[in-house]
Amino acid sequence: MSTRPAETLDHDVTPWLLAAALATTAPHVIHQPVWLSALAAALFAWAGWLWWRNERLPGRWPLVLLVAIAAGGVLFEFRTLFGRDAGVAMLVVFMALKLLELRSRRDATVVVTLGYFLLLTHYFYSQSIPTGLWLLAAIMLLTATLIRLHGGPAISTRATLRHAGLLMLQALPFMLVLYLLFPRVAGPLWGLPQDAHSGRSGLSDQMTPGTIANLALSSEIALRARFVDPVPARGKLYWRGPVLENYDGLTWKPERSRGRAPEIETLSSPIAYETTIEAHQQRWLLALDAPANLAPEIGLSGALTATLREPLNHRQRFALAATLDYRFNVDEEKRVLTRNLTLPPDASPRARTLAESWKAADPDPARLMQKALTFFSEENFFYTLRPPLLGEQPVDDFLFVTRRGFCEHYASAFVFLMRAAGVPARVVTGYQGGEVNPVDGFVVVRQSDAHAWAEVWIAGQGWTRVDPTAAVSPVRVEGGIVAAMPAGEPLPTLIRLRSDWLRTLVFRWEAVNNVWNQYVLGYNPQRQRELLSRLGIPDGDWRNLAITLAILCAGLLLALTGWSLYQRPRLDPAARLWQKALRRLARSKVNCAPWETPLALLERVENDHPTLAPALRDVVGAYLQARYSGIPDNLKTLRSAIARLP
Amino acid sequence: MGVIASLQQRLFRWQSDGTAPLRLAQRRIFILPTRAGLLFAAALLAMLTGAINYSLALGHALVFLLAGLALTGMVHAFRNLHGLTIAPGRCLPVFAGEVAYFPLHLANDRAMPRLALELRAGTEAASVATAVAGHGTSEVAVPVVSTQRGWLDLPRTRLATTFPLGLFIAWSYLQPAMRCLIYPQPLATPLPPLQPVARAGDRHGDGGQEDFSGFRERQPADSLRHVAWKASARDSAQRPLLVKQFAGGAQSELQLDWALTPETAPTETRIAILAGWVMAAEDEGARYGLRLPGNEISPDSGDLHRHRCLEALALFPS
Repeated sequence: MSTRPAETLDHDVTPWLLAAALATTAPHVIHQPVWLSALAAALFAWAGWLWWRNERLPGRWPLVLLVAIAAGGVLFEFRTLFGRDAGVAMLVVFMALKLLELRSRRDATVVVTLGYFLLLTHYFYSQSIPTGLWLLAAIMLLTATLIRLHGGPAISTRATLRHAGLLMLQALPFMLVLYLLFPRVAGPLWGLPQDAHSGRSGLSDQMTPGTIANLALSSEIALRARFVDPVPARGKLYWRGPVLENYDGLTWKPERSRGRAPEIETLSSPIAYETTIEAHQQRWLLALDAPANLAPEIGLSGALTATLREPLNHRQRFALAATLDYRFNVDEEKRVLTRNLTLPPDASPRARTLAESWKAADPDPARLMQKALTFFSEENFFYTLRPPLLGEQPVDDFLFVTRRGFCEHYASAFVFLMRAAGVPARVVTGYQGGEVNPVDGFVVVRQSDAHAWAEVWIAGQGWTRVDPTAAVSPVRVEGGIVAAMPAGEPLPTLIRLRSDWLRTLVFRWEAVNNVWNQYVLGYNPQRQRELLSRLGIPDGDWRNLAITLAILCAGLLLALTGWSLYQRPRLDPAARLWQKALRRLARSKVNCAPWETPLALLERVENDHPTLAPALRDVVGAYLQARYSGIPDNLKTLRSAIARLP
Repeated sequence: MGVIASLQQRLFRWQSDGTAPLRLAQRRIFILPTRAGLLFAAALLAMLTGAINYSLALGHALVFLLAGLALTGMVHAFRNLHGLTIAPGRCLPVFAGEVAYFPLHLANDRAMPRLALELRAGTEAASVATAVAGHGTSEVAVPVVSTQRGWLDLPRTRLATTFPLGLFIAWSYLQPAMRCLIYPQPLATPLPPLQPVARAGDRHGDGGQEDFSGFRERQPADSLRHVAWKASARDSAQRPLLVKQFAGGAQSELQLDWALTPETAPTETRIAILAGWVMAAEDEGARYGLRLPGNEISPDSGDLHRHRCLEALALFPS
């Protein structure tokens, strides 16, 4: 028995709280400013030191001062105290400072609640499987801390952890039911702070030499696609991003004005596929050329780019279709053609002269196109990720001096030459190719598949795709960037792995991630409706959902309560043996009435069944000894006495 | 507050549980969220809003897991009390103004330990915490501050636990029939003069406290004050302790009479004076008797005699 005021904190609880606080804040080190991590680490160390030395915690004013300093730092770093990153930074600071204020049980409760809250903030940055696992462990630690806090010193570390594990196991069914059936609302509920979705890479809507080469250094996944039919040949997989029509001598930019809707003449039947696009903060959908049968919420620009109404700020799945052979805008607007012939007047004069000489020799657009491609393939051009820097006339420098470039150099130079020769042409950026993951059959398109190609308008044929990179390095289009790049180019190691067990491992891991993304993270209002209709709940109305949810949760709670009420009757071992002896006696037609004590029974047996009496006397004596003397050895005597019963 | 108090009175109106051991069944266990539980719920709500706003799938999962944890914790708090057996013990008398302790025996017939049980009697400020090991028992003394002499019944006692998570508090009201004798608070006043003893011839002069007449071996009933420590120390605990014997104590008996207390004083003061005399007389090792209106205790000494006198004073009708 112990008497203690409920509010004071056991000395031994502090290490639990420190560990829990560390587990919930540590992963933020990856993206936090260094000074903040250092400050938090110092505060943690201080709190730990004070606990170790059993010294007094600092007073109120030092803490207020520290909060002010940290808030000042956050304000300076992020220019705000709210927003996503600044908010997370402040929470981390509060957590670290609260550790210097652990006086009562209430302080400890605040630390744990703050810890639970901090767990959510990690999902702003990553929802991957490792993050999920780490956070599961952190929840376990936080829960164990709560148990230790309320269980008092009587509870051992092992019992604490076991109890936390039991609680989490029992909470799991609730989580599953709620996850599947809680009425899902498509966010956001209100305007998100500006930094809500920062820090994700992908194509930009402009192209200067080097933009795409930089992107090619990343093995991050841009999109995954699953085809219903066999996957088309790699050379046909052109995922269209923004089309760039305006050139200022250095940068290619898209046309902002809206054109008329494109006219597509299909030459083959459309193939259906489902694509899951990673968040890239842009509106384009990276649909396969040419998009067909688009859903009403997806728009199609005049330049054939499928677009969304809002920027794509979380991973999303779309069912799409594409016609791989098509003719597009055979009748093009005059102003569009004029726009695609325009060049800045003083840009790259040598290239312009070259194109004009070609045009003078033969003005046919198809042959001019061929001439340019031959120029790339026959002259000494190289395909490289590390092109030399270009000067003020990038096209001239590239065509006549450096002759080393990545796809954007070739596309840019080709379009320049075509325009100079009087053929309407424009740059198209997007992704080319993709790799089939043999584990799940998905086509995986990575940032390293980013590509730029050209489109030329030819009378009677409309806009025709030309890939000048293919003229220099045909393997790039057929075999992907790894095949096209000589050894020594700085490609990411992940995509360079040749076929061996490591590559299989990578495929497996990505397939697992894909399942995670598709089924766990991608469980959205639409999937919920599908699931419910499959379960026989007509149209996923929130009222039906709420009723189902309430019934299931109540059922679970009832089951849990039943478990806690259920108790196996545990008889004393001696009493159990006595029951056994009575069953043996019943065989000799002697029954013990429920109210009969062992001694009363013995007396009756001595009168009525004298032959049985000696054996029973031993049993009764041994039973009384075993049951009431508390000496464990007596059980053995009792057992052997029972064995001697007839 | 009045409405709440009367509602509480109606909801939790229990008859006395008597003196038999009682086993906590589900019908007498109540559960409500604690303040920490409400804070937790608020945090969950904020987290859910965040998860919806930022479309965080794992955020939803986290919130739902935590909600499940809270519900599970609620059942565990209930389970921590359910099936616990409580049997009343015997309480020792104390003086008014002191803390009376009501011992309760808690027995756990389950394998799991029952941790962090807190008992608080009535509206007492002090509470007591205990834990019962799996298949174990524990004795806990519930403190109640006594205010006046007489019988002090154990007020309705709340057995509560917030284990395991502190988000919910499960409690049960116990009302075992237990009472503690509260002696009157003694008032220190000079002892009354010795009374001449009417029946002096009845006794032959031994067993008094006046004149030393020798040693005898100590009996358990002898007061420690009469132990001859020096004499006993000489043979270094080889024999039982010795007590001094006195002769001729017949004239030294004290009659602590109600009539000797100031007549103008209120009853409680007169009781307090008498209690003070009893304590002083016992301290001096005197033989003393107590005479109250309608009750007389013949002279004697020792702890049991003192208890009888104080009990008579405690229960004297006011």
